[in-house]
Amino acid sequence: MTPFKLLLLSFLALTMELAHAGPKIQHWQSSSGARVFFVENHTLPILDLQVDFAAGTAYEPAGRAGVASLTRALIDLGVAGIDETQIASRLADVGARLSGGVDMDRASVVLRTLSMADKRGPALDILRAILSTPQFPAAVLDREKARTVAALKEALTRPDTLASRAFWSAMYGSHPYGSYATPESVSSLERADVAAFHAANYTAPRATVAIVGDLERAQAEALADELTAALPSAPAMRGVAAPTVPAASEHRIAHPALQAHLLLGLPALKRGDPDFFPLAVGNYSLGGGGFVSRLMKEVRDQRGLAYSVHSYFHPLAQLGPFQIGLQTKKAQANEALKLTRAVLSNFLEQGPSEVELQAAKENLVGSFPLRLDSNRKILDSVAMIGFYQLPLDYLDLYPENIARVTAAEVKAAFSRHVRPEHLVTVVVAAE
Amino acid sequence: MPAQTTDTPKFYQKRFMPMRHARLIPLLLALAVPANGLAETFERQLANGLRVIVKEDHRAPTAAHMVWYRAGSMDETNGSTGVAHVLEHMMFKGTPSAGPGEFNRRVAAAGGRDNAFTSRDYTAYFQQVPKQKLSEMMQLEADRMRHLTLDPREFAQEIKVVMEERRLRTDDQPQSLLFEQLTAVAFQTHPYRVPIIGWMNDLEHLAPADARRWYERWYAPNNAYVVVVGDLDHQVVFELAEEHYGPLEARPLPVRKPQDEPPQLGIRRLTVKAPADLPVVMMAYKAPVIRDVDQDVDPYALEMLAAVLAGHDAARFSRHLVRQQRLAVVASASYDSTARGPGIFYLHGSPSEGRTAAELEAGLRAEIADVQQHGVAADELARAKAQLIAGQIYKRDSIFAQAMEIGQLEAVGIPHALNRRMIDKLQEVTAEQIRVVAAKYFRDEQLTVAQLDPQPLPLASRPASPSTARH
Repeated sequence: MTPFKLLLLSFLALTMELAHAGPKIQHWQSSSGARVFFVENHTLPILDLQVDFAAGTAYEPAGRAGVASLTRALIDLGVAGIDETQIASRLADVGARLSGGVDMDRASVVLRTLSMADKRGPALDILRAILSTPQFPAAVLDREKARTVAALKEALTRPDTLASRAFWSAMYGSHPYGSYATPESVSSLERADVAAFHAANYTAPRATVAIVGDLERAQAEALADELTAALPSAPAMRGVAAPTVPAASEHRIAHPALQAHLLLGLPALKRGDPDFFPLAVGNYSLGGGGFVSRLMKEVRDQRGLAYSVHSYFHPLAQLGPFQIGLQTKKAQANEALKLTRAVLSNFLEQGPSEVELQAAKENLVGSFPLRLDSNRKILDSVAMIGFYQLPLDYLDLYPENIARVTAAEVKAAFSRHVRPEHLVTVVVAAE
Repeated sequence: MPAQTTDTPKFYQKRFMPMRHARLIPLLLALAVPANGLAETFERQLANGLRVIVKEDHRAPTAAHMVWYRAGSMDETNGSTGVAHVLEHMMFKGTPSAGPGEFNRRVAAAGGRDNAFTSRDYTAYFQQVPKQKLSEMMQLEADRMRHLTLDPREFAQEIKVVMEERRLRTDDQPQSLLFEQLTAVAFQTHPYRVPIIGWMNDLEHLAPADARRWYERWYAPNNAYVVVVGDLDHQVVFELAEEHYGPLEARPLPVRKPQDEPPQLGIRRLTVKAPADLPVVMMAYKAPVIRDVDQDVDPYALEMLAAVLAGHDAARFSRHLVRQQRLAVVASASYDSTARGPGIFYLHGSPSEGRTAAELEAGLRAEIADVQQHGVAADELARAKAQLIAGQIYKRDSIFAQAMEIGQLEAVGIPHALNRRMIDKLQEVTAEQIRVVAAKYFRDEQLTVAQLDPQPLPLASRPASPSTARH
């Protein structure tokens, strides 16, 4: 038996062993109509919750860029009868931690609390109030706008921010994914904008609730009902329009930084697309596989051009980006760009070698347990599966779906999703 | 110990982890607190001096394997700063039995993730793997503990990578530059004055022989310890450690000189000019760290003071400076009670538009003065302690965090088993002790103040707005 076959066999054995290795996800609808996803796990006295709304920046009305983030920021800074200081103090009193954020698709409210009744009770009371009766006090709004503007102005002096904005703008043009807040757009926001955005997007049909940890099913059902009871039952989910893919272009921005920041990419992949698996396997070999990818070897190891070089797919509700990024000292920017393009075009022409393919699968399947070895990681996965309506056996089947990918499938998937005629390039701070 | 909330990384990693969701805006930074899991740890010392510490965690079939060396940037000498970190990079460049890149390739093939980090106090290497791969990881780590090739051609490439790392993480980051300069002024003789990544000029002149010398001095089993946390029986881990690390021979270690910092005799001030928009004020007060876990009082009181000032969204700095007075867009405090070298208590923030750095400095000072005069309230202290206890339990959710905690304590010479005692000591802190440390250490003679003076970008770099905004 050849070593290769041996490898494949042991690999398949591993796959078999790992099939159905994902956590058991229970799913139902709350009485308000929110979708609930629950993983029961009593090994630690911890309860983790994530409530996601389809309320990301893609849903901002024209001229209101920044309202999604501002709404999310204000939602826990004052509820009926409880001001921002009391909210933070009551959470701290029981050791609970509230976090969250906003991306293109989602606005997230995340709570971690101890599961003992006297701890989780007060924490969940606060969470329920945040979801039910946010007040958006005018003075707090005013202050948070000022802080956001200050942070934006600072960010806009940074080469990485300038590169990222130019990149998304070039990829998406007038599509909502290409939108971003500016100091001016945030300054012009009013309380009515926030209230309207909240009313339109923080509703039960647009909500998913992920619960992981030390709770019984019946308790979880009651909790999900309570948390979402006050959410309006309309409007329902409305999708984000599909973007038109751009023509290839290159954008250069001057900056005094010592290093140039390079980004290459295009709108490439939706959540739920079956090509996700061949693209994940291929990207591992191209630029996703830590220290062993082609980009890492060529750009960093062999030439010392960069400290960090990566590629990834970022699937969203609509086509999310494929991105390659690196930083290198200014004088080397063009050399690094040329090399990066050569590595990409070679990969697109040839696809991965058999050795690369096996290495990618070995790592992606072998490291699967590491993706789920804490409640926090399980919460991340379950929230993503719930929000994007992926199959509940997504994690169970992940190893199999990776293991069956062929080199030809990788090459074909890349040729469908990463087409050079649509590739956008941004270079900030080149010489 | 509490995460450093300054913008400067506490340690340098071999690989930068790109932010996947660069546009996700974190709204609340959770407070990190010192913590121990409640599970038992097991320890054994091999005949060559290597200590092996195991904590069993059977929730998932994975393990974290770490090798810690008691050598960090504070052990470097003038002219070759940065060598500890450069050697860390070179540790991935091969041995006679595993060539360049082979280490990473084998970890990846095992379904693992690996990286390394260099701090002032230590250098550490880790792999997170499916548990059945632990033996292979130990074999790889034991091999490079004594048999590193240090090929000059590999060195020539890797030193360029490190210089790019310095550009990325320090030279083009105004707040990192500010922190670097502040540290170099606050300390005049202690090696903490030197940045972990090294001065650029030193990196430019670093030679393979410098890395070789460093490796020969410090990389020995009697200057290292292994931490394993995961779904394994501790006896099995001890046997594997004996098999792989046991054959390595102990070596005499260099004498470490204390290099104590002489007393500061008055306030020091500095300014850094860099392309930015927001001014930054960073105040550094010299402070003690834990030397005797049982007898010390002040470092624990300083930890609780940091929590009362800036431990959560309704803590004093946020409540007073950001929310009520609207003097700052951000204001924070940070202090680490464990270190091999001297300690610093930092206050830092950025003023709101229309307010000056001087006004913010006065505001930060006023907060300290208030604690000096009136102490802290019982409910504030109780809240800080509640967070501390919760943090203990949350830490148990992460295999990696549990291994880090053990390793970091041992790195500064505190036996990990004393962790529980440290938590007790933190819980015993009284409001009066906090008032006392506020009065004792927050004096101008102990203070260095750094200010970032933002410089506008050249016109060509400024984003055209709002026309580039989409809507």
